[in-house]
Amino acid sequence: MVKLSQKDILKLANLAQLKLTPEETAEFSSELSLILDYVSQLDKVDVKGLEPTYQVTGLNNVTREDKKIDYKLDKKLLMENLPSSKDGQIKVKRMIA
Amino acid sequence: MKTWDNIVKISRSVNDGKLSAVDLVNESLSLIDASHDYNAIISTIKKRALERAKIIDNAVKSGKNMGRLAGVPFIAKDNFLTFGGETTAASNILKGFNAPYQSSAIEKLESEGAICVAKANLDAFAHGASTENSDFMITKNPHDKDRVPGGSSGGSAASVVLGLAPFSIGTDTGGSIRQPAAFSGCIGLKPTYGLISRSGVVAMASSTDCIGPMTRTVGEASLLLDIMSGRDSLDSTTIDKDSLGYITLDSDIKGKKIGLVKEYFDESLSPDIKASIDDMVNKLKTAGAEIIDISLPILPSALAVYYILCPAEVSSNLSRYDGQRFGYSYKAANDLNESYSESRALGFGKEAKRRIIIGTYVLSSGYYDAYYKKAQLVRTKIVNDFHKAFKSVDFLLGPVAPTQAFKIGEKSNDPLAMYLSDVLTVAPNLAGIPAITIPIDIKNNLPVAIQLMAAQKNDRKLLGAAKKIEELV
Repeated sequence: MVKLSQKDILKLANLAQLKLTPEETAEFSSELSLILDYVSQLDKVDVKGLEPTYQVTGLNNVTREDKKIDYKLDKKLLMENLPSSKDGQIKVKRMIA
Repeated sequence: MKTWDNIVKISRSVNDGKLSAVDLVNESLSLIDASHDYNAIISTIKKRALERAKIIDNAVKSGKNMGRLAGVPFIAKDNFLTFGGETTAASNILKGFNAPYQSSAIEKLESEGAICVAKANLDAFAHGASTENSDFMITKNPHDKDRVPGGSSGGSAASVVLGLAPFSIGTDTGGSIRQPAAFSGCIGLKPTYGLISRSGVVAMASSTDCIGPMTRTVGEASLLLDIMSGRDSLDSTTIDKDSLGYITLDSDIKGKKIGLVKEYFDESLSPDIKASIDDMVNKLKTAGAEIIDISLPILPSALAVYYILCPAEVSSNLSRYDGQRFGYSYKAANDLNESYSESRALGFGKEAKRRIIIGTYVLSSGYYDAYYKKAQLVRTKIVNDFHKAFKSVDFLLGPVAPTQAFKIGEKSNDPLAMYLSDVLTVAPNLAGIPAITIPIDIKNNLPVAIQLMAAQKNDRKLLGAAKKIEELV
């Protein structure tokens, strides 16, 4: 029986840079315990001698020429989407308050 | 309700000057307006669509051929980046976001003259099977307003069935084209992974995300696959399209072997769906197909594999929504970390948060081997089981979902119950094989559909057999 305590949930939320309300933390503690308990059925599956599958295309090291490509992105639109900018630069909050 | 002509016929009429692209766009937009109570559409792209339509009409007047989809209006799931309006992925965190580039799939459709007129509703970030996780609204099933259209491409499916446009496009990461196609009643194709570029599509689980058409007929889906598929320098996981293309199909089923997947026909399957599938299987037998019972013993584990790998990849892909370069940003933050956490807290919906937390857990130190790595090992078993199966059969056949469209609210309080509605669709995503939904019956005034699967890169073969099933309905 997999059990995620509220403390566990808060630790994960911190890792994910995601603030959760006390209600969400409590809800997720019970919901996610159930979900993780369900997926834990894989413990019983025998995988001896197998390699993991990270991707199914079989492609390997797809390269292109080291040449500049002009993607013609609308710079105005890029700037318009910025929540905060100054002099054509992205402005962010100070790192340490 | 409008029944559009076949898209081949429409584009021919536009290129012949018999139909005006501007008229077609206006017709689609007014149909969208008239059916707003189904909540299928998040936004329309009126200005740009009409501009493009005018260009097409003028070019045709001067004798130019404007492509295989000249003037054909279509609707894109709102996780496709498009010009001329917003792309939200049905999430508050992307409200107001104006894409600076378009998805490659849309570019390819436009190069053949198609015109994107609107963005369809979805479960936010494609997390869901009903559109109940959309941050904006719940789409209604075209057959019954108390029921879901399926998800996450619920708006796209509903659009086609309501006749808002001749076709739509969606994405399928764990069943999100096939299941809504089954619930709403249209063709829904999930091609081989890598056939259609994912560039410009909001990423969910990058190792399983697929783009695909949702149409009235198999022939139209084939044409759209032909147009959208092929290597893209912007997506290094793309593969070459079939050298023979996807237009001319071989729909002769005589002597072909169809495997009925034993694990997909258990006691959880609705008897109504089972009966309709049995009828179609008998028709296929009469048409000369050889029906074989086949078992893929690892399939019952596929859902557990998916709900480890998918959240893991989601947690990674959603880390870009940090309130700094685009999307919702919490203005009152005191420092950068608070800006990250609060922007994400206030912008994301509950299901996105759920998946981020699960994903973070299964990837975290101490749990990575037991969950993520184990799931990737079991994934190899799934790939192998399909590989083995396709050595003895040409196609695999089964239902798309255990039930027909469920009622709004029926599963929305139980995340695990919602996840379980993906149980019959996730395995092809994990193995990267193509699969298609074909509606075959109406029961209880709701569509019943069948799912056909083929080996990786056998999309042409799959579409041929799908065409035969369509003929036999």
